[in-house]
Amino acid sequence: MISISMETGQRNIGIYVCTGCGIGDTIDIEKLKNQVTARNISVNFKEHPFFCSKEGCELIHRDIATQQVDHIIIAACSPRVNQDVFNFPDEILEWVNFREQLSWCMKAKDEDTQLLAEDMIRMSIAKVNSISSPQPYIKDNLSSGILVVGGGISGLTSALEAAKAGYTVYLVEKENKLGGWASKWKYLFPEELPFDKPKLTEIIDEKIRKLEKYKNIHIFLESTLESVSGEPGQFTISIRNKQSNKQIVTGAIILAAGWKPYDASKLEEYSFGQSGKIMTQIEFEEILNEEKNNVEIDLKKINNIVFIQCAGSRDEKHLPYCSNTCCPTTLKQAWQLRHMNKDANVYIIYKDLRTPGKTEFFYQELQKDEQIFFTKGDLRQIDTSDKNLSIIVDNTLLGESIKINTDLIVLATGMTPSDSSELNLTYRQGKGLPDLKYGFPDSHFICFPYETRRTGIYSAGCIRAPQTIQMCIEDSTGAALKAIQCIESTKRGESVHPRSGDKSYPVLYLPRCTDCKRCTEECPFGAYDENEKGTPLPNPARCRRCGICMGSCPERIISFEDYSIHSVSSMIKALNIPDVFEEKPRILVFLCENDAYPAFDMAGLKRLGYSPFIRIIPVRCIGSVNQVWLSDALSHGYDGILQIGCKPGEDYQCHFITGSELTKTRGENIQETLRTMMLEPERIRTEFLEITEYERIPDIINDYLQTIEKIGPNPFKGM
Amino acid sequence: MDKKQDTYTNNQTPILIIGGGIAGLTAAVEAAETGYRVILIEKQPYLGGRVAQLNRYFPKMCPPYCGLEINFRRIRTNPRITVYISTTVTNISGEPGNFSVTLLTEPQYINNKCTSCGECVKVCPVERPDEFNQGMTTTRTAYLPHELAYPFRYVIDHQKCKGVSCGLCLDACDYQAINLSATETKKVVKAGTIILTTGWKPYDPMNLQDLGYGKSPDIITGMMMERLGAPNGPTHGQILRLSDNEIPKKIAFIQCAGSRDENNLPYCSGVCCSATLKQAMHYVEQNPEGEATIFYIDLRVTGRNEDFLSKIIDHPRINLIKSKVATVQMSSDKHTINLDYEDILSGLKQKSAFDMVILATGIIPENIDPIKISADDFGFAKSEHLPDGFYSAGCLNKPADVASSIKESTGITLKALRTAGFKP
Repeated sequence: MISISMETGQRNIGIYVCTGCGIGDTIDIEKLKNQVTARNISVNFKEHPFFCSKEGCELIHRDIATQQVDHIIIAACSPRVNQDVFNFPDEILEWVNFREQLSWCMKAKDEDTQLLAEDMIRMSIAKVNSISSPQPYIKDNLSSGILVVGGGISGLTSALEAAKAGYTVYLVEKENKLGGWASKWKYLFPEELPFDKPKLTEIIDEKIRKLEKYKNIHIFLESTLESVSGEPGQFTISIRNKQSNKQIVTGAIILAAGWKPYDASKLEEYSFGQSGKIMTQIEFEEILNEEKNNVEIDLKKINNIVFIQCAGSRDEKHLPYCSNTCCPTTLKQAWQLRHMNKDANVYIIYKDLRTPGKTEFFYQELQKDEQIFFTKGDLRQIDTSDKNLSIIVDNTLLGESIKINTDLIVLATGMTPSDSSELNLTYRQGKGLPDLKYGFPDSHFICFPYETRRTGIYSAGCIRAPQTIQMCIEDSTGAALKAIQCIESTKRGESVHPRSGDKSYPVLYLPRCTDCKRCTEECPFGAYDENEKGTPLPNPARCRRCGICMGSCPERIISFEDYSIHSVSSMIKALNIPDVFEEKPRILVFLCENDAYPAFDMAGLKRLGYSPFIRIIPVRCIGSVNQVWLSDALSHGYDGILQIGCKPGEDYQCHFITGSELTKTRGENIQETLRTMMLEPERIRTEFLEITEYERIPDIINDYLQTIEKIGPNPFKGM
Repeated sequence: MDKKQDTYTNNQTPILIIGGGIAGLTAAVEAAETGYRVILIEKQPYLGGRVAQLNRYFPKMCPPYCGLEINFRRIRTNPRITVYISTTVTNISGEPGNFSVTLLTEPQYINNKCTSCGECVKVCPVERPDEFNQGMTTTRTAYLPHELAYPFRYVIDHQKCKGVSCGLCLDACDYQAINLSATETKKVVKAGTIILTTGWKPYDPMNLQDLGYGKSPDIITGMMMERLGAPNGPTHGQILRLSDNEIPKKIAFIQCAGSRDENNLPYCSGVCCSATLKQAMHYVEQNPEGEATIFYIDLRVTGRNEDFLSKIIDHPRINLIKSKVATVQMSSDKHTINLDYEDILSGLKQKSAFDMVILATGIIPENIDPIKISADDFGFAKSEHLPDGFYSAGCLNKPADVASSIKESTGITLKALRTAGFKP
């Protein structure tokens, strides 16, 4: 436990400077020590040539035991290197990057490098003096239950997998039975060996049978969600069915509400609606499985059938994307038809035949059937004029256009997501999940496919992307783990990805809140609700701890115990700003710790040199930078401020979704600050850096310094 | 150095994960953050596997380092994860809940006192082929695996090192981190369940003689192209011909090189189309006059990635030709590469000349001893058919893209946690 003396507010600080890795050759440690201890008499300042060694760590442990050091500053290599070696969970620990961001990239034994080192230490002292160890947010009566919305293959899978792990599951399905789309079909295309024929849909029945055996799965049929409120650990849910409303509380939610077929009535160019013999893949499925009695069409007697792939898909006018499943489904349907009708000729017209991975084998099987004709081609027209149906296809593999007379045309249409607003979230930011593209609430992160914009709510299956059954099963099993992980992390008072394990959370000083609603609107995760006046109602368990709310607040009422308006302002003001005549500009650099900070470390690894006039403050997200820090820096005499964040835009790399984008939109307010202070717009610049762009760093810095040189020093210096 | 364990996990028998690529990393962090102890084993001296070698991910064109950095941070800060690098498994005995696993760690000539100061490299006299750059460059025998290596420490290739007879690095190291007489070490650990995430290797292009591999250094594989495009690659990210360091003006990608082919790999590896589209786009954006031609059978870009394909189709300097390439030959000038192919749409046989040819080869699973993995004819494992207590994920199961492998691995982790006895 941190002991801050109640009488003196004294914190026992130990500063440990490693002189290894060239640090001792780059700066004058004795001089540094004198500078630091002159201002901070009670500080323990120790040096060692090899702090990450056993002896080095023991030295620090001894100080903790005998000198009651409880605030440790380690000035050595980057915090990214030895975080596991310097493990002091009971003390406040702050790193100063004396290697990657000093000795590896600055001139040795140089006056400006020395001043940089001194300032870095001053900033770290200011920081440890202004933060405290976060006390986690753990409410009473947290739930380990999981709500699963949707009883198709994805919902069934998530429910089973979570229940098997011992979690209580509430499965809500709006139809009067479980199984979703797949239970309406007789066959599924094979996704594993052998690939000689489709598989029966026993998989669905099997899952339903297993499910019904679990006492910890509660099934609600013909039910919908009236409302969902709360936060991970305590989602309050109202389930409605014909008879009644039921209230439950769960710890996490899995949205597996599935998909709908694309509205074929929009497919005029495919003559849909003009003939009973032109139908969608889904409609054909019903006839194939003899669910509907179609008097007009006897599949056992037809001669010719045409399947048109990508009908309204990969098409700007309809669905621009590919639905993944239509090619293998057509193959399955072709197989089924050929097996019930040995004389039928099948024509499959495609743009690309997409059977990736092992489904390729199923394609190879069907290619052996001489009565199935595959061709790439562009549909020119469908003729429904006389009794005979025909199509004309151009650019075929035969090298010419062909006309096909047919008894039936099946249009392989695409999948569209169900509406996530059926969740009826009472969140201030809306009822559903924000979607990524084309209406699908998917994650934009290749590496973190379960990264959702609503903490504790995971989308799985075809609602989040058109997927095959096998993909849905994998996806929803993973979603079950993420839901469980969220529940367990919440019980520990910890954040989930990307700041996994973070126990801090935003604390608001509401008496000064002006209800401006910036935090409630700008939080990428909808962590804040609002009351009628517009005052934010925080839900800390929804929070990802990025600090974007802290950055957005004009009244500066939001802070974290270990990352606050005050702690960063103190760091900014801890510097000695040289006066104008020394011609040593000072550039404050806010570095996002996700991509930009590691890029700076790699620049150090490569020994890329850059100016010693910069002063770096790492931030959790560039979107967490509050305007007051900018005005503090400028009024304190910094000549320029560089904000370096992760790439924004359509292919954003910002780990908190909108953080870097917000820096762009807040630009206007930033310019206003500068105008009020009668300062040039160049005094604040924003750059975006990818993690591999370390080679750009010297140019970014030197370029900015040249700009500052042109406009001259900050007139506020020395005031 | 051991990280302090949090007490409530002390009674857990860890989950052992064999393979530290993206699927293994995911299993490790996901299990640990749920609240369970894991041991992650990796045969290379660094984590990240093959994704660390990729330049960009499709379709976001984002660098894999970005996600790896977060995963490494999650590992560094989680006391429930123990990592063994340069380690393989030589024996597994016991039963679910109580496996005894023998780990064999390669001789660690550089130990964990290494501070990555880099002084040893400066004096090392011996070179070795750099597998990270697909053999296109060399490193010294003391080397840092790559810029974002985790663990961040140098390695000595004990097979190439001359040992104590040389010993120049011993004087260069201030931290007593080098021992050139170190031997391999064995350790037995207990595991509750085992997850196999040993990944894949590229299909050997030497099997593709018709496609010219080996005839010229400018006929390369997709993974080599990936390294050429990477800023930390052999050519600092500039696509260059390996024969003469010139910028190629016309490049060809041959899809399904040895895939969808009864004589080689009959299945489709799923990701090579996307990889080629990404590499083609990278090349034409880097070279305003360069032209890329893609010879394909079917363009397999699925789901919402279709819009990336649209950008390619509309691009004036990228040609898409549905075709089967018959042969790849060197021309008499020993510089130009000639392709003979049948253009399927016109039915005509054609010939075209290029400066560089990239073979998009497929994925084969990396099966390991000593476990007899229940695998199909191609070596792919099936998690459900493995012995009790064993699970598998990632490209060991099937060729898959990164996001799919991660989703699958996350789900498999749940199954492993259950078997290991994890409860709410």
